[in-house]
Amino acid sequence: MALPNTKLASKSGPAVKPVRGGLKNISDSNLLLLITIIVFVLMYVGAILFQGKGFLKPQTFFNILNANAALIIASVGMSIVMITGGIDISVGGVAALVSMSCAVYLDYHGGSIFGSIAIAIAIGLAFGIVQGILVAYLDIQPFIVSLAGMFFARGMTTIVNTKPFNVENPAFVALKETRLRIPGVGSVNKNGTFVNAYVEIGVVVAILIVILMFCVLRWTKLGRHFYAVGGNAQSALMLGINVRRTRFLSHLICSLLAGIGGYVYFLHVGSGSASHASGMEMNAIASSIIGGTMLTGGLGNIIGTFFGVLSLSTIQNIVSSAGLDQAWWTGITIAAMLCLFLLIQSVVMARRKRS
Amino acid sequence: MGKNKTKAAGLKKIFGQQIFIPIAALLILAVFNLIADPGFFRITLGTNSAGNPVLSGYLITILDYGSELAILAIGMTLVTAASGGQDISVGAGIAIAGSVILRVLCGRDSRPEELQAPIIVAFLVACLVAMLFGAFNGALVAYFKIPPMIATLILFTAGRSIAAWINNNELPIVSDETLSYFGGFIPGIPIPTPFFIAMACVLIIALVLRFTNLGLYTQAVGINASSSRLNGLNPQMIKFISFVILGLCVAVCGLIKVSRLSSINYSVIAKDIEMDAILAVALGGNSLGGGKFNIWASILGAYVIQFLTTTLYKFKVQSDALPAYKAVVVIVLVVLSTPAVRDYLAKLGKKLRPVAVKEVA
Repeated sequence: MALPNTKLASKSGPAVKPVRGGLKNISDSNLLLLITIIVFVLMYVGAILFQGKGFLKPQTFFNILNANAALIIASVGMSIVMITGGIDISVGGVAALVSMSCAVYLDYHGGSIFGSIAIAIAIGLAFGIVQGILVAYLDIQPFIVSLAGMFFARGMTTIVNTKPFNVENPAFVALKETRLRIPGVGSVNKNGTFVNAYVEIGVVVAILIVILMFCVLRWTKLGRHFYAVGGNAQSALMLGINVRRTRFLSHLICSLLAGIGGYVYFLHVGSGSASHASGMEMNAIASSIIGGTMLTGGLGNIIGTFFGVLSLSTIQNIVSSAGLDQAWWTGITIAAMLCLFLLIQSVVMARRKRS
Repeated sequence: MGKNKTKAAGLKKIFGQQIFIPIAALLILAVFNLIADPGFFRITLGTNSAGNPVLSGYLITILDYGSELAILAIGMTLVTAASGGQDISVGAGIAIAGSVILRVLCGRDSRPEELQAPIIVAFLVACLVAMLFGAFNGALVAYFKIPPMIATLILFTAGRSIAAWINNNELPIVSDETLSYFGGFIPGIPIPTPFFIAMACVLIIALVLRFTNLGLYTQAVGINASSSRLNGLNPQMIKFISFVILGLCVAVCGLIKVSRLSSINYSVIAKDIEMDAILAVALGGNSLGGGKFNIWASILGAYVIQFLTTTLYKFKVQSDALPAYKAVVVIVLVVLSTPAVRDYLAKLGKKLRPVAVKEVA
């Protein structure tokens, strides 16, 4: 009995045949990932060639990581939502709200580190639950929901506290100043002594989250559900996947990561301000797109997102070290890059439809 | 009984009208203000610094600032209906248009004694530039099939930078008084000029909708792009045109915004206006997913939004905290308009109705 069945299944082969492209055996996902990594390497080599030796120092690279740990975490969440076919532009607002709330809690109420971490996670979860319900169970467009979420979070931040201020809580400052030296990697400074490169705690958190989410997406049922729902919600439903719950969970994870990212951002800058993390949502979306996450959902890779963030921040570093007025050049270069990668995606998508 | 039935049907007709939503919101706000402080509705006639008669009061402020929003709402409604998404780059677009106007007016010098070009020329150049940027957005959406909000994200990120770049990051100041007429008052007329500009735009769009098929085609494309294509329409072209029209609206808004200051602040000008414009469309009862639209409801919605903003300001809400309140309004509106909630409300209404009828009988 089993034999004819398997035969039948193999006959319906074309439906499950992997998509093949111009580069013979490479799938769309890997192609986009490859493009991202190549762009990043080219950019970094270009920076070393044209911007002098500064980029050769390991610390320059680790500084990029230090400054962008929060963005990496937020972008991972953004990628998951985008893979599921949604979008969340409230991450910057959530990060600002987290930083302000934690700052107020630590300085004005003499709070503890664990309390502040709990606040960050609670804010992330609250946004995730509300937005997730609105998007998944009430079928409201994710963009509208998270647009409202963004404005709500930004508004709430000023309601919590208007003026930006530096946190002076000793336990927090100690945590903020903690630097993890990397053995064996570093450069010789002016005095001739070898100085190890360092990373902040946030980078460790970011790397852990990247690895964790990569594993979740690749090897768990939930991860496969994200891809299935983003690729085609209708067929996912027919396969018996709980589409609504999957969407809900994607938004929950994204907002939760935004909360954690907000805390890491807070740990990096050490102050609370309503204008913190402004434009973080745009950078997160840009990083995900550059990293090969399809806007239409169903395709994407956390490793790609990681490299997307690195490319984006390398460009920013190049722009600022080239002495161009950062005020406008950063915006224009990021937008140009975003545009380029969107067009690449559009081409890939068209090719996918044809095959 | 028969009379009751027609009455119920009549009521249903009124409640069913799309324009009912903004009118109801307007009434609620008006009643709220009337109870809280009737002084809200006071309008006084005074003179401004130039000695011209001007009307002032909260209502005039609403008329003044609501007008730029109404102009944007026209374009945003068309874009929403045709493409099923919204343009989030309008604020950045206004910055670009305003920057272009100042650049043309000032020429090489950032503090010119007299205008280097007539205002109309500057405005036309701004229109051209804004329509070009609209065309860029439209091309990405229509021909490259990128979702509108992501496509316009590009200009949202780069727009203010481009605006600063156009003027070499300088802040030109125009001393000529004629420019300030567009966002202020024309001597002798006490009603703010933006209102007249908005009415002109409304008139133009009314004529366009009346004498061309634009409205019908836009709705057809928004409801089902592929079947409209089978019916001989060109959905890509319609989407493209809607973005170009929005570009034109953005240019008009840019003129008003620049005129108010006679200068520009690249990072602040028209900040968060995209939120208000989208809110106006939503408040007008239009589906944010595209399809059928009612442009009059959107325009009224724009004034209602400004009414809300002015009311919040009056109650000493900080300008930075405003978005939080507006976000709550958006969420409530959008939740109420979802099918699931509507069905539930309809069921609830049915449950209540028999009781009401019995009482009448």
